[in-house]
Amino acid sequence: MTMLKEGRPTAPIPVEDAHMAPATVTGNRALMLEEKLIFEIGSNDTTGVDFAVVPEVASRLGTLARTDAIGLPGLSEQETVRHYTRLSRQNYAIDLGLFPLGSCTMKHNPRLNEKVARMPGFADVHPLQPQSTVQGALGVINELAVWLIQLTGMHGVAMTPKAGAHGELCGLLCIRAALEARGDARQVVLVPESAHGTNPATAAFCGYKVEDIPATPDGRVDLEALKARLGPDVAAVMITNPNTCGLFERDMKVISDAVHAVGAFVYCDGANFNAIVGRVRPGDLGVDAMHINLHKTFSTPHGGGGPGSGPVVLSEALSPFGPLPYTARMADGTIHLIEEENVGEEMPQSFGRMSAFHGQMGMFTRALAYILSHGADGLRQVAEDAVLNANYILRSLEDVLDAPFGGSGPCMHEALFSDKGFADGFTTLDIAKGLIDEGFHPMTMYFPLVVHGAMLVEPTETESKAALDQFILALRSLAQRAKAGDDALKGAPYHAPRRRLDETLAARKPVLTWSEPEMAQAAE
Amino acid sequence: MRYLPLTDADRAEMLSVIGAASIDDLFIDVPAEARLPGTIPGLPDHASELAVERHMAKLARQNLSAGEAPFFLGAGAYKHHVPASVDHLIQRGEFLTAYTPYQPEIAQGTLQVLFEFQTQVARLLGCDVANASMYDGSTACWEAIGMARRITKRGKAMLSSGLHPHYVSVARTMAKFTGDDLAYATPELGSESDINALIAGIDKDTSCVVVQYPDILGRIADLTPLADAAHAAGALLVAVVTEPVALGAIRSPGEMGADIVVGEGQSIGVGLQFGGPYLGLFACKQKYVRQMPGRLCGETVDAAGKRGFVLTLSTREQHIRREKATSNICTNSGLCALAFSVHMTLLGEKGLRQLAGLNHALAVQAADRLAKVPGVSLINSSFFNEFTLSLSKDAREVVRNLADKGVLGGVSLGRLFPDAPEIGNGLIVAVTETVTPEDIETFAAALEEELA
Repeated sequence: MTMLKEGRPTAPIPVEDAHMAPATVTGNRALMLEEKLIFEIGSNDTTGVDFAVVPEVASRLGTLARTDAIGLPGLSEQETVRHYTRLSRQNYAIDLGLFPLGSCTMKHNPRLNEKVARMPGFADVHPLQPQSTVQGALGVINELAVWLIQLTGMHGVAMTPKAGAHGELCGLLCIRAALEARGDARQVVLVPESAHGTNPATAAFCGYKVEDIPATPDGRVDLEALKARLGPDVAAVMITNPNTCGLFERDMKVISDAVHAVGAFVYCDGANFNAIVGRVRPGDLGVDAMHINLHKTFSTPHGGGGPGSGPVVLSEALSPFGPLPYTARMADGTIHLIEEENVGEEMPQSFGRMSAFHGQMGMFTRALAYILSHGADGLRQVAEDAVLNANYILRSLEDVLDAPFGGSGPCMHEALFSDKGFADGFTTLDIAKGLIDEGFHPMTMYFPLVVHGAMLVEPTETESKAALDQFILALRSLAQRAKAGDDALKGAPYHAPRRRLDETLAARKPVLTWSEPEMAQAAE
Repeated sequence: MRYLPLTDADRAEMLSVIGAASIDDLFIDVPAEARLPGTIPGLPDHASELAVERHMAKLARQNLSAGEAPFFLGAGAYKHHVPASVDHLIQRGEFLTAYTPYQPEIAQGTLQVLFEFQTQVARLLGCDVANASMYDGSTACWEAIGMARRITKRGKAMLSSGLHPHYVSVARTMAKFTGDDLAYATPELGSESDINALIAGIDKDTSCVVVQYPDILGRIADLTPLADAAHAAGALLVAVVTEPVALGAIRSPGEMGADIVVGEGQSIGVGLQFGGPYLGLFACKQKYVRQMPGRLCGETVDAAGKRGFVLTLSTREQHIRREKATSNICTNSGLCALAFSVHMTLLGEKGLRQLAGLNHALAVQAADRLAKVPGVSLINSSFFNEFTLSLSKDAREVVRNLADKGVLGGVSLGRLFPDAPEIGNGLIVAVTETVTPEDIETFAAALEEELA
């Protein structure tokens, strides 16, 4: 037998002679693997978990034992790992690159925090264990509470709200309870036009009539319009500071004083606290209640849409009305969880409970680890670098993108641009989809509602200058293409796992669960 | 500081591009009297990873974790074994460090997971549709009451005495501000649920009846007659499931006619975590989908005709509807939904049924053994993996003393219902696949000693 000596080709064909990429029979593209639904690949008889033998017992289920099939396909462990690994690769994430989603604060999520949250003493503890067995868990809540109070200069904190919007609800319930305690049935909550949608939704949920307050041409609350509207029927003003245009509300203290003068309260949406942490205490600005999104300022992971955590710091006037349960450090150093069982006469005016158990413990451990890692000096640096990065983006792009408030001074932690100057038919959406092809997550688009085709860019403090420079380069190029009317932009993204998706179709004929193909056909 | 990449040289160069002399120039809009001149006094400065880990580990060691002791707590949060691959997969950065899928072209991973999750939840609860999750079971329960009000345009909700008292408290808090009228009485220590009393109480003003299945004492009741009675009066049946593993063994509330089924999904894939974050499940009949709160993921196609998924029906939501939204919810419980879905995929129908069977069998063995302890009687005639014992003395004290002996022996009714001393001798005991025969013996012996 002769040994073959040619070997394999070791140099590629020059690109100009190379074949065009043909379609693959699988639909896969090398590392980008298409993945079917578990309902299409699994079966009711497959499982990825083994159990001990079930002992023989006489059933105590009564007459309700399940006999029919549920329709839950299983996969082996290897198939499961592969299914979710493949799906994960169709996601953009902070771990891949810059994620400048304005108002959402997509900063680096330190892995120490994940490790800490998984310590059995935190992860494997039941919320209703006797208090003597959970002193460390209560200690975390108490220690984090002290930090939040100190950082905001407030009097108290309600730790149980489960997310920012839940925190808003907590704040407004405190305000309503405080007003009712003095027999004051005010009906109106004032909300600036630029507010997050959760603000008016929360106020309405609490039974208030919501009225808009206009913005000035420089992107801030119209102080005169606000003052003119204030009166004995106003329960509260909900203000975001720094606001959703990325600007500090210069008149915040004047606003607070005016609101207090008519007997109303100031609710501050603290979604943007990361811009001022360590440099400004909301308590010094006359705020009565403010939620803090631990998943924004203190970097607990966003997880594809939660879980979040939204503790609410409270002024002295509102603290007596906060929710149960809460923690209190006793003279002997033990920490008590004050709940229905032992509240006694301690907090007679509490508005009650907002959720089962004691709040988002898994987020508290992560946030506390983040805060301790940064310390007072690091947190101040967080705010400074976040604001520096945003201003760097603002000034590096304002010659090619309209910055409606760029002339009124520096921005805070996010830079706001509009679609002014784009060629006919070109929109903010085209810029966003173009950014996807350039390897970035798009900015927040079409919010706030006070700017046409808004693009809200929040780089956060954990981006390097090199990352910012590359983003600026990409956005400059896209702005120029939108102004020049480059039609190719309207087809973007070209390189993502999917092209633009038909949201109209999805809403017109909602398909919200999977059904077997023959059943789906029969339903049509 | 290890998480901050800018160097002093970078900062100086960037300030010059901006045209600012110093970082203070960027904070000029802050009123002078509110600018802090330096770091906040009394707080420590930054710390190394090692130092922080030590500090947190010290706090963690002050807790007795469930895995270290014979463990029998339930009442809305359950200890189940979570396969190692679940935690591995949810820690993939592409899931962990992504956000709500606002840009579907680069979020198909999260979106397909949500679509699969919605389908799994709808099937498990026996409903047509489910949403992409809520904060937890208690807030999902309140949202269901609000949804029933919107659908029926009536404001009187009847809460079963078997509903978890924390869920009742949440509903009461919210009702104070929305004006809903809630009918509720604390449970009695008997084998029968209050289904018949609920049926008798339904009238033309009733928006919904809210019933937990299995209930807080572990009892299982057929919901069919209640669903029929509610529907006959134009009211809805809201069923609450705090232990979804049970639905591997017993019929789903949807099958029995519930219009809205909500639940706490913690049991599958999400650990105990001292009470949060957990996972609100929310499902309903197709005809009510546009009144649902929370995010929904739907199937569609892309410009090239390929199947894909998007968030949909967002005209119900706060970012579009503002004060007219169905709920103020924005962030939900995405990563916990992923954990639930991965665990459910690993189990599949076969594994879920085995898991449920094992839980039930061990619970039966434990109930029979504990009922033999002098001074203990079992109140349930039916149960899944959780039952209630009546003790010869106040259960609060018993639970505390058992903990001192290293046994985490259930949840006392006195802690859950401090205003109902007449049921203070009740003890809720949960038994999952994590309990061993030795644990049961240890618990029985300690209980016998305590009641002697």
